Amino acid sequence: SVSHSQITRLYSRFTSLDKGENGTLSREDFQRIPELAINPLGDRIINAFFPEGEDQVNFRGFMRTLAHFRPIEDNEKSKDHNGPEPLNSRSNKLHFAFRLYDLDKDDKISRDELLQVLRMMVGVNISDEQLGSIADRTIQEADQDGDSAISFAEFVKVLEKVDVEQKMSIRFLH
Amino acid sequence: RLGAAWLVLVFALIVLPSALGVSLGISEGYMWLLVKTLEWATIRIEKGAKKSRPQMLKIPAVNGIIERDETPMEKEIARLRQADFEFSDIFYFCRKGFEAIVDDEVTQRFSSEELVSWNLLTRTNVNFHYISLRLTVVWGIGVIVRYCFLLPLRFTLAAIGITSMIVGTTLVGQLPNSSVKNYLSELVHLTCSRILVRALSGTIYYHNKENKPQKGGICVANHTSPIDAIILTNDGCYAMVGQVHGGLMGVIQRATVKACPHVWFERSEIKDRHLVTKRLREHVADKSKLPILIFPEGTCINNTSVMMFKKGSFEIGGTIYPVAIKYDPQFGDAFWNSSKYNIVSYLLRIMTSWAIVCNVWYMPPMVREEGEDAVQFANRVRSAIARQGGLTELPWDGGLKRAKVKDSFREEQQKNYSKMLVRNGSIG
Repeated sequence: SVSHSQITRLYSRFTSLDKGENGTLSREDFQRIPELAINPLGDRIINAFFPEGEDQVNFRGFMRTLAHFRPIEDNEKSKDHNGPEPLNSRSNKLHFAFRLYDLDKDDKISRDELLQVLRMMVGVNISDEQLGSIADRTIQEADQDGDSAISFAEFVKVLEKVDVEQKMSIRFLH
Repeated sequence: RLGAAWLVLVFALIVLPSALGVSLGISEGYMWLLVKTLEWATIRIEKGAKKSRPQMLKIPAVNGIIERDETPMEKEIARLRQADFEFSDIFYFCRKGFEAIVDDEVTQRFSSEELVSWNLLTRTNVNFHYISLRLTVVWGIGVIVRYCFLLPLRFTLAAIGITSMIVGTTLVGQLPNSSVKNYLSELVHLTCSRILVRALSGTIYYHNKENKPQKGGICVANHTSPIDAIILTNDGCYAMVGQVHGGLMGVIQRATVKACPHVWFERSEIKDRHLVTKRLREHVADKSKLPILIFPEGTCINNTSVMMFKKGSFEIGGTIYPVAIKYDPQFGDAFWNSSKYNIVSYLLRIMTSWAIVCNVWYMPPMVREEGEDAVQFANRVRSAIARQGGLTELPWDGGLKRAKVKDSFREEQQKNYSKMLVRNGSIG
């Protein structure tokens, strides 16, 4: 599990972001981070911290969302096989990514949802037609049950060869 | 009568030596005692930490607290096959986003640097806990020394320094322009700067004095605090550049400009960049005038890095004399976090610190080269200053302390990603 020093550091980080000093972070607090503000998926990432319909996130929620990015090898140390699946398991990391696409939370990535994410990442540099055909092709290749949408199972299948653990993990230096 | 004795003592021991440019060794003695005390305190803290948590020795987070993967976007989103888009593409942006949330390069520069070991000031003991009674007693003594002895002394000195500055420059200002006037003006400025530096218990080490800025040149330095100017004027005379303020600062500005051609701008004038450049250019062209002092970052940064230099200073022409200023945070935090503290509480914090210790490096002059534009020149000077002072360089604008980042940065990332999509495979 997370070490004491890591929690202290993250709490220190949390408080430094909390400009209003009220123990919670708002979306504006996140947007003040320049590297995050220029990230094309910045808004989606920020959204992931806020539970449905809420505008503030406390430290617990902050840690909970960050927990998705803990390296998987951390789990080897705590062999708690009876507990619920840890947030940073491969499956949960994939689920986290899936939710970045699936905005309406209907457990399917529709063509529109895919287009939205694509548009965020390319900005104005690619035309609607080109983007549309990219989306169509992507869905076609991944869709197995022919419903022109990507379910979580199909999502997992497409990414089975990808080293999710490495790409979606952040390692603390100490 | 006590007050009178007090003033005489201050005058004899501090003001007079300042005017003559000599040192009686009092500050040196104080610094020696301070260093010894802090070393003792550090050892005790380390002993205490080892006892309670043997495996955890606090390591300075110099390189950040997480591993940052600096592989460029192109390599990271490497293609398994010739397809254009993959669902896994978002992983790159996702991770970069989370890395920025946990620890970003920029926002940390707008708050004070963390210390490796506690320096017996409560304001810096964010991560330190109660260790022992002896340490707490020493800290208590420190509080009494700082607030009951040092603070009144420093306040007195500051008052003397500022008053002398105003009175002195006004008197000198009455003289007709001549070399005598210039000499006296320099004397007044230097003396008052020295008094003010002692008012902060400043210990400044100047390096490479042979590179000191010459007349007709432009001195640029990294900016950490309003006292940067005093640090530099302690060793030489400069023509200050800045905006006219109200209050006490305004009085000082109006007085000093009579004696010495400082360049003060009205608030309205400062918005007009051409006007500013023109006036500075005229000043620099006059080789008999003192070098101007400019801080191109435009705002105070916490002295761990040098942020983007505004190109305006580098369009004036003339010779640039870069100066690197690095404060030692162990004795007192010089950084002015203007969004957190106003100037009065800042000065109060400075005056209740142990001391202000810093290193100043004068660097060889630089001029704009053929084919180099102002921005490139500014970056070249900035790199030199960062390297000399042991600071990191950041391409970010210091204005991000208050303002939002420009959309153009995000658009650049989007453009780069789009290039990858279009390059592989065919579209449509």
